[in-house]
Amino acid sequence: MLRRRQLGLAAAGTLAPVALAAPALAQGGPTEIQFWHGLAQPLGGLLEAIANDFNNSQNRARVVSTFRGGYPETMVAAIAAFRAGTAPHIVQMFEVGTGTMMAAGRAIKPLHELLRETNVNINFDDYLPAVRGYYSLADGRMMSMPFNSSTAIMFYNKDAFRRAGLNPDEAPKTWAEVRQAAQRIKAAGHEMPFTTAWPTWTQIEQQSAIHNQEIASQENGFGGLNTELRVNNPLMQRHFTNLLEMGREGTFRWGGRDSAGDALFASGQAAIVHASSGARARFVREVPGGVANIGAAMLPYYEDVPGAPINSIIGGASFWAMNRGPNAQRSADENRAIAEFFAFLARPEVAAKWHTDTGFLPVTRSAYERVRQSGFYEQNPGADIPIQQLLRGDRMTGASRGIRLGGFVEIRVIMQEEMERALQGQQAAPQALQNMTTRGNAVLRNFERTNRG
Amino acid sequence: MRKVHFKGIALPYLLLLPQLVITGLFFFWPAGMAVYQSFLREDAFGLSSQFVGWENYADVLSDPTWLESAARTGVFSVSVAVLALGVALFLAVQADKHIRGADTYKTLLIWPYAVAPALAAVLWLFMFHPNIGIFGRMLNALGIPWDYRLNGGQALTLVILASAWKQVSYNFIFFLAGLQSIPRAVLEAAAIDGASPMRRFWTVVFPLLSPTAFFLLVVNLVYAFFDTFGVIHSLTQGGPGKSTETLIYRVYTDGVMNLNLGSSAAQSVILMIIVVVLTAVQFRYVERKVHY
Repeated sequence: MLRRRQLGLAAAGTLAPVALAAPALAQGGPTEIQFWHGLAQPLGGLLEAIANDFNNSQNRARVVSTFRGGYPETMVAAIAAFRAGTAPHIVQMFEVGTGTMMAAGRAIKPLHELLRETNVNINFDDYLPAVRGYYSLADGRMMSMPFNSSTAIMFYNKDAFRRAGLNPDEAPKTWAEVRQAAQRIKAAGHEMPFTTAWPTWTQIEQQSAIHNQEIASQENGFGGLNTELRVNNPLMQRHFTNLLEMGREGTFRWGGRDSAGDALFASGQAAIVHASSGARARFVREVPGGVANIGAAMLPYYEDVPGAPINSIIGGASFWAMNRGPNAQRSADENRAIAEFFAFLARPEVAAKWHTDTGFLPVTRSAYERVRQSGFYEQNPGADIPIQQLLRGDRMTGASRGIRLGGFVEIRVIMQEEMERALQGQQAAPQALQNMTTRGNAVLRNFERTNRG
Repeated sequence: MRKVHFKGIALPYLLLLPQLVITGLFFFWPAGMAVYQSFLREDAFGLSSQFVGWENYADVLSDPTWLESAARTGVFSVSVAVLALGVALFLAVQADKHIRGADTYKTLLIWPYAVAPALAAVLWLFMFHPNIGIFGRMLNALGIPWDYRLNGGQALTLVILASAWKQVSYNFIFFLAGLQSIPRAVLEAAAIDGASPMRRFWTVVFPLLSPTAFFLLVVNLVYAFFDTFGVIHSLTQGGPGKSTETLIYRVYTDGVMNLNLGSSAAQSVILMIIVVVLTAVQFRYVERKVHY
């Protein structure tokens, strides 16, 4: 009983100064900016460190970072918070949510509007076209703040290559070579020669892009909400048949949905993985043998497809400024603080540090230059693979600019489900792709209908 | 029992009030909102909504994947209930015998009830994960291709096992209490008449246990319908494919993950109706055969 009373007193003692301090904050202290992100460790810590750097660089605004679970959970949490009138000022939204956010009307504060109202200037001409294009309207106005952009690349375990008698410094370039290498790795007694993280992103979206194949009409949805899926095409049928055959012969093993495949490569179990370039930070820390044991290469392609390969597309996330709720706007101070934080992120030294620390892309040309001149790429062979792959080919096409589908989160789950059913042997490749199309189109039509007005 | 009569009406209503408030706040209000929501179609942010009548219901009921989920939920719930009741009854009968250390067994058997469904799932994950689980690795080493992340049948088996295991303790307590309340005289009389232990169980013990068993059947089915969300979410997230997606899990994916609130609300209303009908049928028909 006594203990409880003491606790109560202690609580009252700590609460009192806070209560006194609150009005003081409102009058002259820094504006508090709630920032929700979806990056687990170690990336989350690196991101929060950048927010802290911003806090220490000035005294008008203070960014409070909160980890809200993975990307899909963060998106759901932000939307639910908006409905309840407690949305964060800034939410990190993965690229799949871009279509939903763009159609979100007054739930979001478009970046171009925010910058205009606050007179903060960010030079978007400096941003890589693939990054800028993904987050802007057709007329070029920016809707969200690009930050952690990645692309999918192939990582491989050099030890596993050596044990299989393969040259660890020469990565397979085409799918035929990948399959051969995987067969030799399997023959050398490796349980999991090849797996993938983000299965739909790496095997459907990226593979379609580098082969210049649209996955949806209207230039992958950039042209309007009346887009329809086009995944049941000869290229994807061929690729899925290939993957299913590799699954049957035991050279391809399903690593699970979303980012689950990362762990299999990080633990050394998988010899080859297709993953986000942003997974590099984790792999360097966790893969047995460290950075010297990790090979990086561009995604494999089918060499007889005319014109292939071209550039891959980006993934990762961007930062969206949100309104507080359906009937609540932000104050001018809050908007200004958000804009200043964004301008801080655009600084070449911030973007460059994030790139070298994590493996995400250098999103601006000046950051890329800065890193190149520092000699980082000579010391870290393979670290420039993602950006080279992103800039490959001289034309960005309607199929390789990006993907903008409403309800894309749900569509990805549908695609993963159909892939799982195909890998279980319940359906052949064309059937799986047809089911994806039918079920995905139902989602697209529903989204078009609810977001028309 | 002596009946108590209140003089006015104020006091009885006052005494009822807390329960009425709780029922209203936590059942009627949300259920009413679900019914209302099920007639609307909204965008994810709730900025525009449109009255669509029965369309959400029509969409759900004509969706083959929903019908598959419904069938799967039937298989899942019956399996969980039968397994959990069967195992619990067997264990209770054994623990009711005069054996050394009976109290220890009883305590240990009751323990799992205190484990939250999500934690129970993680325990099973650590046993049966094909890469890190001890039994999962063992099965693969024995040449049995065990991977519940890709094999739908294995995944469903695993969630049924984990869900049933979790419920065994609860059933065990009730069965044990039921067994202990059976008058010894009846059993002794049967024994003197020369009935074998098996015969004594099926003709004397089991009928006398039927009220308990009936009550538990209802509770277990409701548990399998609603409370197994944590197990499924932690173990398989409804996959692979849709092979462990039950109706309640689907309400979650469509409502929370896919932000399709209208459809999700319609599904939960349908689920509510199913459970109401199921309970009514149980009380009307099954109860007739129960000896009290």
